Amino acid sequence: MGRKLLFDKAHIEGIRYYDVYRANGGYGSAEKALKSMTPEQVLDEVKKSGLRGRGGAGFPTGMKWSFIAKPEGVPRYLVCNADESEPGTFKDRYLMEFIPHLLIEGLLISSYTLGCNSCYIYIRGEYAWIPDILEQAIAEAKKNGWLGKNIQGTGFDLEIYVQRGAGAYICGEETALIESLEGKRGNPRIKPPFPAVKGLWDCPTVVNNVETLATVVPILRIGGDEYAKYGTGKSTGTKLISACGNINKPGVYEIEMNISVEEFIYSDEYCGGIANGKRLKACIPGGSSVPILPANLLLKTAKGEQRMMTYESLADGGFATGTMLGSGGFIVLDEDQCIVKNTLTFARFYHHESCGQCSPCREGTGWMKRVLHNIEHGKGKMSDIDLLWDIQRKIEGNTICPLGDAAAWPVAAAIRHFRDEFEWHVLHPDEATKRNYGLAHYADPLEIAAPAAV
Amino acid sequence: MFSEEKLNKVKEIIARYPQGKQKSALIPVLHLAQEEFGGWLSSETMDYVASLLQITSIEVYEVATFYSMFNLQPVGKHVFEVCQTGPCMLRGSDQIIDYIKKKLDIGVGETTKDGLFTLKTVECLGACGYAPMMQLGKHYREHLTPEKVDAIIEECRAKAN
Ligand SMILES: Cc1cc2nc3c(=O)[nH]c(=O)nc-3n(C[C@H](O)[C@H](O)[C@H](O)COP(=O)(O)O)c2cc1C
Ligand code: SF4
Ligand code: FES
Repeated sequence: MGRKLLFDKAHIEGIRYYDVYRANGGYGSAEKALKSMTPEQVLDEVKKSGLRGRGGAGFPTGMKWSFIAKPEGVPRYLVCNADESEPGTFKDRYLMEFIPHLLIEGLLISSYTLGCNSCYIYIRGEYAWIPDILEQAIAEAKKNGWLGKNIQGTGFDLEIYVQRGAGAYICGEETALIESLEGKRGNPRIKPPFPAVKGLWDCPTVVNNVETLATVVPILRIGGDEYAKYGTGKSTGTKLISACGNINKPGVYEIEMNISVEEFIYSDEYCGGIANGKRLKACIPGGSSVPILPANLLLKTAKGEQRMMTYESLADGGFATGTMLGSGGFIVLDEDQCIVKNTLTFARFYHHESCGQCSPCREGTGWMKRVLHNIEHGKGKMSDIDLLWDIQRKIEGNTICPLGDAAAWPVAAAIRHFRDEFEWHVLHPDEATKRNYGLAHYADPLEIAAPAAV
Repeated sequence: MFSEEKLNKVKEIIARYPQGKQKSALIPVLHLAQEEFGGWLSSETMDYVASLLQITSIEVYEVATFYSMFNLQPVGKHVFEVCQTGPCMLRGSDQIIDYIKKKLDIGVGETTKDGLFTLKTVECLGACGYAPMMQLGKHYREHLTPEKVDAIIEECRAKAN
């Protein structure tokens, strides 16, 4: 069994409630931080832990916190990003639903460190039942002196509020989230200024993912140095992976970042192998925006090394032969799945979710969707494949926020690795609407194709 | 018009923000209004929300039209919002959508003649591991099969009687 730091107590009955959480050591880290450490000392532990943001970008959390501006007399805010809308990702939901106090405790320690007295949890609107769970946990914490005024007699004050969104993936982007919290459309802001300087209501603001903030609790419990001993290299600690698609055991798993992708997919401790005895065709390991990899490149890097569940190993080979850990939304495709159709659903998703501010994103996502739709429905031309490539190239890097890139990468990777499947759709439209292309050479882990020039 | 109780709720929401930042309450209050006033936001409702928050009507329209959870037209009593994004598609969401269409004899975006059901397709709802799935009111219905869909339809009909 892999070691657990977030889910170590998840199996305890009633852990959702304060009394059980507290009886099992809950709020011990907060007590330690608030009563015996200065904010600088807590920040030091977080820096030493090597914790990287769990929302997708993997930016070092300690460094991000040290950037927050501290002008005299201006409030600072901590915003917890619970928008969780990247297809394939459903880990934060699990944390909030089943161990809400872990998040509340993490918010308390983090707010203390940053010097924030108000904290907002921005949760996607569709998770409509979870605010009740969080608000109950907040009320319990308050009743027991962990929130409100003069917390545990330390003189520190904190209020936590839950705010629901209303259906917009883009509000997961931190500046769009801030706009939404201000009661506006979720249009991302041009950076700089960064939220650390000018965020919510123009005040210094830190936005962090749910899992990132919850992880502060075990870091304080065992210490930053000890935390950094978990995992591999710069991928310290554990990571929540939400696994879905054609596997035997979809669900949310906490892994230590020292296991191989192969172990994650095939061992009974995690995904339990491909469903219905089928073979693995491809995988998108970090949420819909990261590049899809065929089975051969997924299990082994282009250098022939075993691919590990770490930030570095998944990114090995760059976009030519690698991918990213992203948000940990692990999507598995079996041999019967169609890459064109899968790519089409994501193109439709990004088109639907584009806020419309930048023309390359607004127009490009719609165009890619239409071209993919034609190919999928047997009306594609050979030139459409190059057209798709061209459109995604023109979106990438030419937009205000990274949603443009997020829309471009899945299309680029699908063409890069599965071009023959796209061509087969164009050349055999009748057949392609009836059956799937299957595996071709994608699934043989021993035959690593030489990286194609990109 | 909101009841006394809901008006208090609105006050409580506004109190979460600093003085003068009551516009931040807009999305939560629109949710409340949609729940209260028949599952959708008419222009009268939006104007009312604007007056409550002391902002202009256009500020409310801007927001209401941006977010997909706000209905700007009447919907059926029970709205089936079936997810169709990649992970759900891989586990058969297309077949579920087709089944519901046949069963209720409506297309996507349509409402049954009796006004009971509306079918919508939506994008990833963060339940990919429990696919296929749909949102029904406040909750998710997961691991959908034709049999489960039948049972849900029956359940909704029973509630209507
Ligand atoms: C289009 C888009 C969607 C995003 N969605 C989310 C999300 O749902 N949850 C999240 O935590 N971060 C999301 N992010 C990343 C946030 O902008 C931000 O980097 C993150 O919340 C920082 O937290 P972390 O450092 O703890 O990871 C998204 C970014 C983009 C560009
Ligand atoms: S890249 Fe797309 S989502 Fe991001 S700001 Fe531009 S139009 Fe909006
Ligand atoms: S793809 Fe349907 S819930 Fe995520």
